[in-house]
Amino acid sequence: MKRLLFILPLLIFAIGAAFLYWGLNPERDPAAIPSVLIDEPAPQFELPPIEASATPGLSTADLANGQITVVNIFASWCLPCRAEHPLLVDLAEQRDVRLVGINYKDKPEDALAWLEELGNPYEAIGADENGRAGIEWGISGVPETFILDREGTIRYRHVGPIHAVELDDVILPILERLQ
Amino acid sequence: MRVLLAVLLLSFALPLAAQEPRLEDPALEARARDLQREIRCVVCQNESIDSSQAGIARDLRELVRERLAAGDSDEEVREFLVERYGDYVLFRPPMRSDTWVLWFGPAIVLLIGAAGIALAVARRRKQGATAPDVLKPEEDARLARLLAEEAGGKERRS
Repeated sequence: MKRLLFILPLLIFAIGAAFLYWGLNPERDPAAIPSVLIDEPAPQFELPPIEASATPGLSTADLANGQITVVNIFASWCLPCRAEHPLLVDLAEQRDVRLVGINYKDKPEDALAWLEELGNPYEAIGADENGRAGIEWGISGVPETFILDREGTIRYRHVGPIHAVELDDVILPILERLQ
Repeated sequence: MRVLLAVLLLSFALPLAAQEPRLEDPALEARARDLQREIRCVVCQNESIDSSQAGIARDLRELVRERLAAGDSDEEVREFLVERYGDYVLFRPPMRSDTWVLWFGPAIVLLIGAAGIALAVARRRKQGATAPDVLKPEEDARLARLLAEEAGGKERRS
């Protein structure tokens, strides 16, 4: 009993040290918010196409059609979106995957000019002018990217721009697994 | 000059005029403000949506007001947000079996500490009670010898 009492402070120290060590883990991002939407069906939303655009709009029904879908939320005013755009173009061209977009709080003319300049890899784009669909998706900003399986269930969420390394190490393996 | 000063002062009031629409019913508006103070902004993570200037926080404020105006209870508004953003958006975490550690952990640590101190104090007090107030005969003799030596030493030195 007495020995146990001597060990107690050591034990408490060990637990505290383990916790702090875990906090120092460089892989850990304290700002990352776990998404509640993982393994949930895509949220309900229905968005019209961008005004005067030939690309169709996007709604929940389009996401459960037996195809793996990558949903990318973007805006022309968002610089990181511009940075990740070439990767999305490559992804849509080279991989057997359907890429759709949600144009978040954008002016139609700005969005169209942006797509004109950088290319339009999206099969469908919903225009979310007031940002309500973004809230349905639980986003904290743009860009964000979701991967949905064939049944329209959300399998992965990526916050911020996709870097080439992340595409290779994270996104593509997930897409392959879902195939 | 006076006109310039007035213009300058008025320009400070501009941000107030630019504020977003409030609910007309003051009671409802008060409820909206209370709720907004409890909801974390998901971008600027240690601010509530009530005090944040982020675009998404403004959208969420609008949403909270809209829902309350539509007759939602505070609880329903919170549930709506938790469904989309998780418990993370609440500054006050819900009481559930998996959050008990969070709620009661500090109190338990405090109790363990208090118990430890109480135990130590009790033990010391018990020792104090059993410890002899009077010296043993041999200790008495030693003390007398030391005092005598001390007195002798002083005399010699002087």
